[in-house]
Amino acid sequence: MTDDAPKVAASPSSMRLVLTLAIAGLISGIAIIGIYESTLPTITANKARELREAVFKVLPGVSQMQALVNRDGELVATEKPARDEPVIYGGYDEQRNFVGYAMPAAGPGFQDTIALLYGYRPGEKIVVGMEVLESRETPGLGDKIYKDAVFVGGFSALSVEPEIVAVKKGTKSQPNEIDAITGATISSKAVVRIINETHTQWSGQLPPPGSEPSLVRMESQDAEVGQ
Amino acid sequence: MKETESYEEFIKGVWRDNPVFVQVLGMCPMLAVTNSAVNAIAMGMATLFVLVGSSFLVSSFRNWIPKQVRISCFIIIIATFVTIADYTLLALVPKVHKELGAFIPLIVANCLILGRQEAFASRYPTRLAVMDALGMASGFMLALLSLGAVREILGDGALFGVKLFGENFEPWVIMILPPGGFLTLGVILLFFNWFKLKKDEFLQEVAEAERSES
Repeated sequence: MTDDAPKVAASPSSMRLVLTLAIAGLISGIAIIGIYESTLPTITANKARELREAVFKVLPGVSQMQALVNRDGELVATEKPARDEPVIYGGYDEQRNFVGYAMPAAGPGFQDTIALLYGYRPGEKIVVGMEVLESRETPGLGDKIYKDAVFVGGFSALSVEPEIVAVKKGTKSQPNEIDAITGATISSKAVVRIINETHTQWSGQLPPPGSEPSLVRMESQDAEVGQ
Repeated sequence: MKETESYEEFIKGVWRDNPVFVQVLGMCPMLAVTNSAVNAIAMGMATLFVLVGSSFLVSSFRNWIPKQVRISCFIIIIATFVTIADYTLLALVPKVHKELGAFIPLIVANCLILGRQEAFASRYPTRLAVMDALGMASGFMLALLSLGAVREILGDGALFGVKLFGENFEPWVIMILPPGGFLTLGVILLFFNWFKLKKDEFLQEVAEAERSES
């Protein structure tokens, strides 16, 4: 198959060109599969840990959690949610009592999709915490939605009735109002809108307060996630 | 002789032919990810890994790769190294990976890397090719770091995330926004060109002085 003629001579056959590229592609493919397979466990473990830490952060007083999905109009606990199935997380305290839901939410921000997680206590109908998971908001301005402790702290007891409203900084007077960030109004309003939309979307699917699914699987704060 | 030769190849990338300040290559990552020193270092390391790895392979296989398909082969090699760097960063430092975002996969399109394969690695022995790649990558990292440090200090009042000034420091936010990248790079390029001009003038003066003496 190889061309033994001197390199300066006639151009190599098409076969040789095709073969060179095929071999290069094959080796490259094997290398990529190798690196993918060897890093996948770490990557999934990292993601699971990040999510678990976020759940414990947005729901104060929670020490155990489980994933919940809506199957045939009923909220049930599940070990492995199906792909693309909307999932929320139930948080429970030491005595396995239900504390609240951690709701993943996402929507358009100023630059790109903002993905966040917020803690919701259905009994009092309040948001008790908010953590931005993913955002590409402008550094120095829009990124205050997760760097500004005052704004993030504003989500500690925020009523969702009738809906959350972002107001000009320092003018908060109602339990459903939150001070927007000066210079990052669009990003702060985006966060509020994302939470409101997710709340409307899920409110019909949540069981009445007091009859939340009980904790079936144990996953404590320090447990390692096996994947 | 051999030693000085490879040293030459290394140092030319760091200073005389610095890929950013002299050749003005790789501007896209240069402007995009230099808003903090940590990002600059991570980007520099990823580029170093890809450039050295690709140069080594391209140079080793330079006699097997037919001329007609050389660019495709270079791209396959580079893309493989970029994918490896991408997954490794994602597994080891997910936070940095998130910050760099799309610019890790975009290393494939960094003309600095393909340029070195075509201009150097595919023509010279492996040892020189690796030295050249190390030099160019170090030069690139030096450039990223000088830009990243200036922008982080002015725009955030910090270096490597450590606050340098007191509470009253008002960050010059524009420096970590895209315009800050252009401003800083412009000033640095201005300095480099001024420096080159002065050096040329000085060399000319020396030459003239020597001529009048003899």
